[in-house]
Amino acid sequence: MTRPADAPPAGPELPRFGRSARWVHGLVGALMVVCILTAAVLYNSSLQILVGHRRAVELVHVWCGFGLPVPLLAGLLSPGYRAELRRLNRFTPADWRWLRSRTRRDGRIPVGKFNAGQKLNGSLSTGAIGVLLMTGVVMLSTDLAPLGWRTGATLVHDWAALAVGLLVLGHLTFALRDPVALRSLRSGTVPRRWAELEHPAWAAEVERAQDGGDA
Amino acid sequence: MATEQPDVDGGGAPVGRRVVLGLLGLGALGIVGGARLQDALSTALAPIETRDPTGLVGLLPLGNTFRYYSVTGGVDEQDAGDYRLAVSGLVAQPGRHTLADLQAMPQTELVRDFQCVTGWRVPDVPWAGVRLGHLLDLASPAPAATAVRLTSFDGTYTESLTLEQARRPDVLVALRMLDAPVTHDHGGPVRLYVAPMYGYKSLKWLSEIELTDEVVPGYWEDRGYSVDGWVGSSNGRRDDPTG
Repeated sequence: MTRPADAPPAGPELPRFGRSARWVHGLVGALMVVCILTAAVLYNSSLQILVGHRRAVELVHVWCGFGLPVPLLAGLLSPGYRAELRRLNRFTPADWRWLRSRTRRDGRIPVGKFNAGQKLNGSLSTGAIGVLLMTGVVMLSTDLAPLGWRTGATLVHDWAALAVGLLVLGHLTFALRDPVALRSLRSGTVPRRWAELEHPAWAAEVERAQDGGDA
Repeated sequence: MATEQPDVDGGGAPVGRRVVLGLLGLGALGIVGGARLQDALSTALAPIETRDPTGLVGLLPLGNTFRYYSVTGGVDEQDAGDYRLAVSGLVAQPGRHTLADLQAMPQTELVRDFQCVTGWRVPDVPWAGVRLGHLLDLASPAPAATAVRLTSFDGTYTESLTLEQARRPDVLVALRMLDAPVTHDHGGPVRLYVAPMYGYKSLKWLSEIELTDEVVPGYWEDRGYSVDGWVGSSNGRRDDPTG
């Protein structure tokens, strides 16, 4: 039998996500998945026939929806999490070039901690959660909101939900293609080699900081 | 253009914030102005949706077609032979009708819209069945009876009508809808159709009609819906009346 290849030596790891960022991501992700699954049951006739229990499904959906912004807001208490938000918020000229480029993955455009697609996913998700929350509250305010508003809110809620479903599907597709990135949301660290390949500008930044710290 | 950017994430425009605020603004606009857009979209796509053999259009969040709501898990099917409809409570002549009994009674046909309290409306649905009033007459309600309590064989759902509402000519114990026997998913073999009221009054899987001395609020009415669910003047809605 051919001698099996040795496992590659575990290289140095760079810290990528702090505890608060990992918790916020995990909680928002779990709530989002429950919201999407319950929404599918509430909306799709075949699933509704299969599952039934409309009242219970509705309650789970509504309360998970109300729960979505809680971890997002609680994260703001953490300086580390706020630093991640600042990075996600800012678009540099390189980000615009990255979005327009057809060869964005070849490493010629310097990518920081987050690439432009990740930044866009972050802001689109946040905005969509806000829109779904706002329209959801109007839909529930049967005594306060005028009927026209509730009809409008239902329309926006339905289409925004469809868009968010596609966004999450795309997010999961990219995540499942990259086991290292996936693992980093549990462990918090990534191998230096992966960082140098996927996020070279960030890897350089971390290494500079570490060198500075060592000196 | 290869500019030197030592700190890629440090600067740049706050695009993320603009995207979030932009989406929130669009959402607010949609709440205020979306009703008109909804009407246009639903009207345009309803004919396509009802005739779409792939069912794909039905996945889009719009359109005037039936949506199937159930408040329990799977409802056991009752086949036509085993089905019984009980008439009980404050009556001189309690009844137990088979489907064949019901089919042998005078049939009333109606073509009316079906309006759901959540907003969707199916236009021009053909209904046929026995007037609820006819079944009440057969049972001879006691003088103390003022209301009917309707029970579903799903084991959970109930509804209620005053005796006066129950005797309206457009309140049917429906055996047929959409020109065919009522299917299981639509509440068959026998369901209620209360033409002038929102869909939640038209109880599915009807198993018992009980005469009571007061209105007992039904399943959704215990959860905030109007007991008198007139289309257009209850539940805070102003739809075109269907009755």
